[in-house]
Amino acid sequence: MYKLLSQMNIYPKMTDISEILIASDISKSFPNGNGGLSVLEDVSFSLDSQEFLCIVGPSGCGKTTLLKILAGLMIPSEGDVIFEGERVIRPRRRIGFVFQEANLMPWRTVEDNISLPLELQGQNGSEVHTKTTDLIELVGLSSFEKTYPRDLSGGMAQRVAIARALIHDPDLLLLDEPFGALDALTRERMATELMRIWGAQKVTVVMVTHSISEAILLADRILVLSPRPGKVTLDLPISLTRPRDLSMAHTKEFGKLASRIRAAIANEE
Amino acid sequence: MSTARKNLSSFAATLFGSRSRVIYLISVPFTLFAIFLLWEGITRYTAVPEFILPSPGSVWNRFISSIEDGSLPKHTITTFTEVLGGLVLGIFVAANLGYVLAKSETAERVLAPYIVASQSIPVVAIAPLLIIWFGSGQISKILISALIVFFPVLVNTIVAVRSVPEDLRDLMRSLRATSIQIFTKLELPAAMPVLLGGLKIGATLSVIGAVVGEFVAADEGLGFLINLSRGMYDTAMVFVTVFTLVAMALSLYTIVALVELKVLAWRKDPSES
Ligand SMILES: Nc1ncnc2c1ncn2[C@@H]1O[C@H](COP(=O)(O)OP(=O)(O)OP(=O)(O)O)[C@@H](O)[C@H]1O
Ligand SMILES: [Mg+2]
Repeated sequence: MYKLLSQMNIYPKMTDISEILIASDISKSFPNGNGGLSVLEDVSFSLDSQEFLCIVGPSGCGKTTLLKILAGLMIPSEGDVIFEGERVIRPRRRIGFVFQEANLMPWRTVEDNISLPLELQGQNGSEVHTKTTDLIELVGLSSFEKTYPRDLSGGMAQRVAIARALIHDPDLLLLDEPFGALDALTRERMATELMRIWGAQKVTVVMVTHSISEAILLADRILVLSPRPGKVTLDLPISLTRPRDLSMAHTKEFGKLASRIRAAIANEE
Repeated sequence: MSTARKNLSSFAATLFGSRSRVIYLISVPFTLFAIFLLWEGITRYTAVPEFILPSPGSVWNRFISSIEDGSLPKHTITTFTEVLGGLVLGIFVAANLGYVLAKSETAERVLAPYIVASQSIPVVAIAPLLIIWFGSGQISKILISALIVFFPVLVNTIVAVRSVPEDLRDLMRSLRATSIQIFTKLELPAAMPVLLGGLKIGATLSVIGAVVGEFVAADEGLGFLINLSRGMYDTAMVFVTVFTLVAMALSLYTIVALVELKVLAWRKDPSES
């Protein structure tokens, strides 16, 4: 639907209730010596509520930039982001962001890192504590409440970051290569865990990843971006049945999807 | 390791860096003892006169008598208030200005040349000026002390605020933190390690600043007392005063180090556990 609308160059006033996020013709260039560095070019897509979208693309193609624009942390040079019917021009409360590195505050314990978003909203007391404890349990870190980040492994730190992004019940969760720094085994475990969390929290997810199989395993839809400037070269629905697990990686269907994505990336390089 | 010993050694680590803490625990009492023995030996077995090098015993006696006649406490309190005043003033101005400079590149570009240039003027050289302008009372000493504290705290504040990770700023922005929240919950704690580093340097420098001021012109304070005793060939009293100054600088340093130990518990040394 959004394609038609953006061709006619109008956006719906009252968005379809199931469409939580619309990105239309997003371009971004950074000023530099010779006329500006174009990082994103005409990126458009829309996202249904509770959809899981994965974005894959080569390093430096503007994935982080795109996520920051969706989060309202950066303003696009051209185009608009509509979130829950409103144009995004600054950060929104209903969005949770997980950064490429865990990005924890080293002077706060696990539980204080996780409750930070609520603390900033002026909430405190037993309700915050219960919520924090529940989330710590959800991400499997019980008994690490009082631990400082320096004593956490990479995977544990990333789980804290995910819990922190979930605590204010966001409608949209943006994840920037959340498992990028982890070893393959931990990565698989974390992906499975994220799937479980997504099922439990009923949240819409946009996740950037380098791993094609991770994307297929998790996503309802995959966007492939070209090398810089990033353009959408493939918008692929993944209709594998849920619940999914790692054993599916050996099925024919999975392999077909993987080779289509690989081809889309290779064609551009 | 028992908790008490662990605390002590991590305290020593904060004071002198982690590697050297074992060496420190053994060597400090040992070398101190050796120095005293040597000192005692020289005064006992050579013909060095008392007014050149008084014996440890006579320094101790002078210490007791200067406490009894009230002169040492009086001058110590004078210098200590100047030091505290200089420290508080210097830190306050430097930290605030440093914050502004760190946040605004324009402000830094305009002011940086003057700040750097001001550092090439030795404080000893401006001390007489300040005394001409503000009199020979405590105010001029507080200003001299503040001046000498100012630069290291300023530089450390700028470095500290600039070193706050950009991603954490983005995190705070994405959570719609107010600028006050960004200051209290991000910038201040993130800057704390570097800031406390600046305070440690400032704490010892503030003592130097006050004494320099007192050397130039004063009728009270430990700097004045050194001058006075020297003039009367009361070398034992000079020693007593110098030791008092060392104790003062060390105590201030230790207070900052203790605060650091408490505030930076999250940064505890990995080699410890
Ligand atoms: N604030 C900025 N100012 C100038 N250039 C920037 C800025 N942010 C990103 N860039 C440039 O934009 C390009 C895309 O950066 P981005 O971080 O979005 O890539 P990415 O796809 O996330 O890469 P990676 O997979 O390595 O994380 C890079 O060439 C980067 O140097
Ligand atoms: Mg990136």
